[in-house]
Amino acid sequence: MKGLLGKKLGMTSIFSPEGNRIPITVIQAGPCTVTDIRTENKNGYNAVQLGYEIAKKKRMKRTVEGKKKNVKRFKKPIKGQFDRFNIQPMEHLKEMRVASTEEYTPGQEIKVDIFKEGEKVDVIGTSIGKGFAGAMKRWNFGGGCSSHGSQVHRQPGSAGATDAARTFKGKKSPGHMGNKSSAALNLEVVKIIPDKNLILIKGAIPGSKQSLVFVRETVKRKMKKKHKIKGTAAVQKKATAAKGKKTIKKKIK
Amino acid sequence: MKIYNILHTYPVEIFNQQADKFHERGKKMDLIDIIERQQLKESIPDLGPGDTVRIQIKVVEGGKERLQAFEGICISRNGNGVNEMFTLRKIASHGIGVERTFPIHSPRLANIEIKRRGDVRRAKLYYLRKRIGKAATRVKEKRFK
Repeated sequence: MKGLLGKKLGMTSIFSPEGNRIPITVIQAGPCTVTDIRTENKNGYNAVQLGYEIAKKKRMKRTVEGKKKNVKRFKKPIKGQFDRFNIQPMEHLKEMRVASTEEYTPGQEIKVDIFKEGEKVDVIGTSIGKGFAGAMKRWNFGGGCSSHGSQVHRQPGSAGATDAARTFKGKKSPGHMGNKSSAALNLEVVKIIPDKNLILIKGAIPGSKQSLVFVRETVKRKMKKKHKIKGTAAVQKKATAAKGKKTIKKKIK
Repeated sequence: MKIYNILHTYPVEIFNQQADKFHERGKKMDLIDIIERQQLKESIPDLGPGDTVRIQIKVVEGGKERLQAFEGICISRNGNGVNEMFTLRKIASHGIGVERTFPIHSPRLANIEIKRRGDVRRAKLYYLRKRIGKAATRVKEKRFK
């Protein structure tokens, strides 16, 4: 798998060479640094840890040698991990599973040019928080009548049968909505601007502007024309075979 | 018939310079603006609500490209940047109103010709939709002193 951490910048539209207007989301992705590598021998699985953006300095209240000093936010054990490979501490870290770790070395920089135009990607982000939402907004319930003396307007309705004498687990009810990880799958890469680290993706992605997103190669399987034809042929064969069996059975009867 | 073709140039170069200055100062550049600027046409006609406009659109049919004309009154103009649109309304046969909305920076728009300037007091001429017959296309002509 290949992927990058980035920031959602916002949406706009561009014109394709044919003159069609395409809605796009602009993502500033990378450059990411490989901060650590997990191998099968040592950790039991193959993965790469990606770091994005150099950690911001934070003014600590504690004085160091009589002066207020800017101290890097990372704690000593994590800082030690960065110092091991002589890498600056990173703000955001993300582990990414890979088939083999041979291509990666700690400190290596990964840029947007790993993606191509026309490729399909997944974007994982944190959806915009909606707070405590009712059943109509959260679960698309119908609600009640708005008039005709109805006193049930936006209520969720029944919580279950009297027979069960309890509410079943997983009952859709009002509660906190949004602000959780959400993925948009199989989106098309429209354009890549390597010198500004930008990826333009067709359609919308979860999250607000300036929010952290993870762009990766899509997990959806590619549909090939050959497969389609093969598939349909196989289905047809099965169908014809089944028909044959039926006719034989009928004859026996 | 008078044909007005007053063009106002879009200040692309000025915008570029401003963005570069921003960058020099170490400020955050609005990267979306940069992407949008690349899509903009250098000059767009100064058309507004009330103007009678004739446009030609590139249409691909059976692998061949041809120009299709559409003439009508501009009833609204909205959006900005690449997403700037204008709506044309005409009365087709049997008195049926037809409205089409175009992105003003679309590469498919081959030609924009302003045939008549309208003198209107509103930004959106949606009141024309309710009108029937001659009143539906009646907009006072602007007189230039």
